[in-house]
Order: sequence, then structure tokens, then C-alpha cells
Amino acid sequence: MKKIQLMLLLCLFSSIVTHAQYYMTQKGETSFFSETPMENISAINSMVGAVINPITNDVVVKMNIAQFKFQNKLMEEHFNENYMETEKFPTATFKGKIFEKIDFSKDGTYDISIKGIVTIHGVSKDKTVIGKLSIAKEQVMFTGNFDVKLVDYNIEVPTLVFAKIAESIAVKNKLVLTIKK
Amino acid sequence: MKLLFSIIFVFCTYIAFSQDDLMDVLNKELPKQTTYATATFKSTRVINGQSIETVAKNHLDFRISHRFGTINSGYKELWGLDQSRIRLGLEYGITDNLMVGVGRSSYQKTYDYFMKWKVVKQSSGARKMPISVAVFFSDATNTMDTSTDLPFYNNLERQSYTTQILIARKFNDRLSLQLSPTIIHNNKTESFLDQNTIYALGAGGRIKLNKRTSFNIEYFYVPTSIMQGKTQLDPLKTNNLSVGFDIETGGHVFQLHVSNSRGMIEKQFITATADSWANGGIYYGFNISRIFSFDKKEKAKKH
Repeated sequence: MKKIQLMLLLCLFSSIVTHAQYYMTQKGETSFFSETPMENISAINSMVGAVINPITNDVVVKMNIAQFKFQNKLMEEHFNENYMETEKFPTATFKGKIFEKIDFSKDGTYDISIKGIVTIHGVSKDKTVIGKLSIAKEQVMFTGNFDVKLVDYNIEVPTLVFAKIAESIAVKNKLVLTIKK
Repeated sequence: MKLLFSIIFVFCTYIAFSQDDLMDVLNKELPKQTTYATATFKSTRVINGQSIETVAKNHLDFRISHRFGTINSGYKELWGLDQSRIRLGLEYGITDNLMVGVGRSSYQKTYDYFMKWKVVKQSSGARKMPISVAVFFSDATNTMDTSTDLPFYNNLERQSYTTQILIARKFNDRLSLQLSPTIIHNNKTESFLDQNTIYALGAGGRIKLNKRTSFNIEYFYVPTSIMQGKTQLDPLKTNNLSVGFDIETGGHVFQLHVSNSRGMIEKQFITATADSWANGGIYYGFNISRIFSFDKKEKAKKH
């Protein structure tokens, strides 16, 4: 009985603690780059939202697809209209957990891997993102790259423009999170 | 012991769900972003008439518009394919909301110069706006030699001015509709029965059939008279109805259509359409739009 009480207490305690403070940003940057001999395509979204819970190591990221900015406006239109179907699938998300144990109270740089589920174009896939986490005072910076294979997320590229868009897109992330109580 | 396990299980699921909780936190904290409606129409024209769309900043749209002859012209004219009228246009985006353009139509050897300014942009999210509104001004110069049919005594007589307010809404990713109240002033009328100032109302829309093709329809209505005033146009003239398809391939948009107007600029298809659908006075035609990006940042900012 005592154990149960202890567990309940722990439950309660953890729920208090987990809601106590987060690292958060609303202006994270996610960019991608597609390189083919015919055409290079790049775009950046600098309105990416992310939260890290330093106690549970949980990480969530969310972005509006419409916020990706291209230099070529026609590409931006095609990206939203033809490939990402932004009206149907307005956001991309990531929910995951940092694999390594990290002491957020200590400054330093850590190589980390975040295991979780990424959702793009309405399709959810398991993904491990490898990157660097730098902790300095009340600020946490995460940088990490991963590749997105278009076929995995049901993003169809017509044969006519197939040569212009890479099959696998390199995605870069830079998130500077500050403490939020 | 069983109980302990079940509690551990509950505890674990609690942790698993905490990512969703965290997502809720993020959703609450994120400022609401404004999303503007894009691609209400695929091109800057619905068919003949202007659409709400403008060419993006530092982008150039090279347009080739072509109309064959009427389908009812018979086998000797290969049902219209022997004849052709063309308009070449260069249209440029000064800002994302302001564009200018020049064009030359072989029909009546007419030059046209225009500007289109998107004043209101349809948006959702933080700032909600149900419609987009643009204004369009143009001047067209008829450079035909003066003739007994249409004599010009000075250059001012060759000018026609168009003012349009374009009001459009993208209802969903498939359906967009537009209304275009129009005033056209011809300094010289082609028929003595025409008024110099003509009031018209255009309506157009598109239904996307798939990601790259849409079905478009457009109609310009010229009331017989305004406020019981004089008859606006020669009764032999007709309203312009056009239907067609937009097909998009990368940087090109092909617009294929049939219309009872041969002209491709406002003064021609609104105030000078004389053929009618009822007796096969239909012109087959197409517009080709090729967009070039002159954004210097694009070249400089290679990652």
C-alpha cells in the first residue's frame, strides 16, 4: 500500500514538476535544400515553434508549411499547391524524446539523438534526429539535420519535373530556446 | 504486485502522453500566424479578363496570347485555323502586390499599358479577410491607319481607358470566384450607336480538376442601358463568354479556351465583341505564360 501511495505521490509530483518550466521558442529556423543538376531549390521557415521539457526530455516541434519562404515565388506556390497540399495539411510536427541524459542546469554542448515521430503531409513516420544541444545559461540551442524522402510522405513529383526535384531533401534545423516558467 | 504494475503502467502512459501535453503548451503559446490565400487563380488572367493575381516581385511574365478565327467560318478557312490574332505581353512585378505590363495586339494594331495593384489580400489565421481586392487601370492605343470606317483626327482619339475593381475569393483549394465591375472609356467609338463610357460587370471562376489543371469560365455582362439612360452599345454587339482550361507545367501556364471574342484586351472583348455562341461565332485560342525570376537574392544566396 505504501508503494502505491509513493507512486501516486510521484505521479502527482512529476506532473507538477513537468509543468513547472520549459524551454521554448516561437522563432526557430527550419530550412531545406534540394539539389539536382538541373535546379537547386531552397526555402526557409523562421516561425518554427518548439518546446523542450528538461525533466522528461520530451521535445515537440510544430511549424506552418505556408511560412516556408522561397526566392522564386512560383516555386513557393507550387510547393504549397502541388506538393505539400498546404490547405489540407497546414502543419508539420515532430514529437520526440531526447535519448541521452542531459543536465540542463550545466552549461555545455552535447551530441544528442532525439527519437520520435515526424508528421509531414499528413503522414507520420518514426525518425531519429541527430544533432547538437548547447546549453548556456537560460538558453538552449539545438542544431540538427535530417533527410526527408519524398516517397515516404506521399509527396508526388510528376515525371515532367522529376529531374528538377531531389528524391531526398536535406532539412536543417536551428532552434534557440529560452526558459519559460 | 499486480496493482503496482498497473500503476507503473498508468505512470508510463502518463509520460507518453506528456508529449501531447507539451504540444498543447506549444499550441497555446504560439502566436497565431496569418496565412494569405495563394493561387486564387493560376495566372494573371482568368481567360480574357484580368484575375486577382499579380506577378510576384522581380518576376517577369512573358505572355503569348493567340486566337484563331471563328469555328463557323467553314472548311475554306479550316474552321478558323487559317486566321490568327496575337497579343505579346511583358508583365513585371514591382512589388508582390503591384505589377505593370505592356502588350501589343495584332487585332487593330493596339498597344496596351496597364498597372494592377492588389489592395486587399484574402487571409486566415491571426488576421482574417474573406476576399481579395485589386484595382486595374489600363490605356490602349489603336495604331491603325485612319480610315473612312474609323477616322482618327488626333492621337487622343486613339486611346481607350479601362478601370476595373477585381473582387475574388478562394473558397477552397478547388473553387475560386471573381467579380469584376468595369468602366471603359473609348475616346472614339467604333459605332455611332456606342456610348463613350461603358459600364460592365464581369464574373469568372475556376474549378481545379487536379493539381495541375483547372476549368475556367468567364462572362462579361454589359447592361443595355444604365439607369434608364441611353443604350450603351450597338445592339449588334454581344456579351463575351469564354470557357477553357488552365494547364500548369513548372514555369509555364497554358490556357486553352474558346470565346466569342477575338480581342484579348478589355476594350476589345467587352465593348467590341460582335460574334455569338448561338451561331458558332466561337474563337479557339490559347495563352502561354512563362515566368522568369529576376530576384538577385536567389543567385547570391546559394547555400
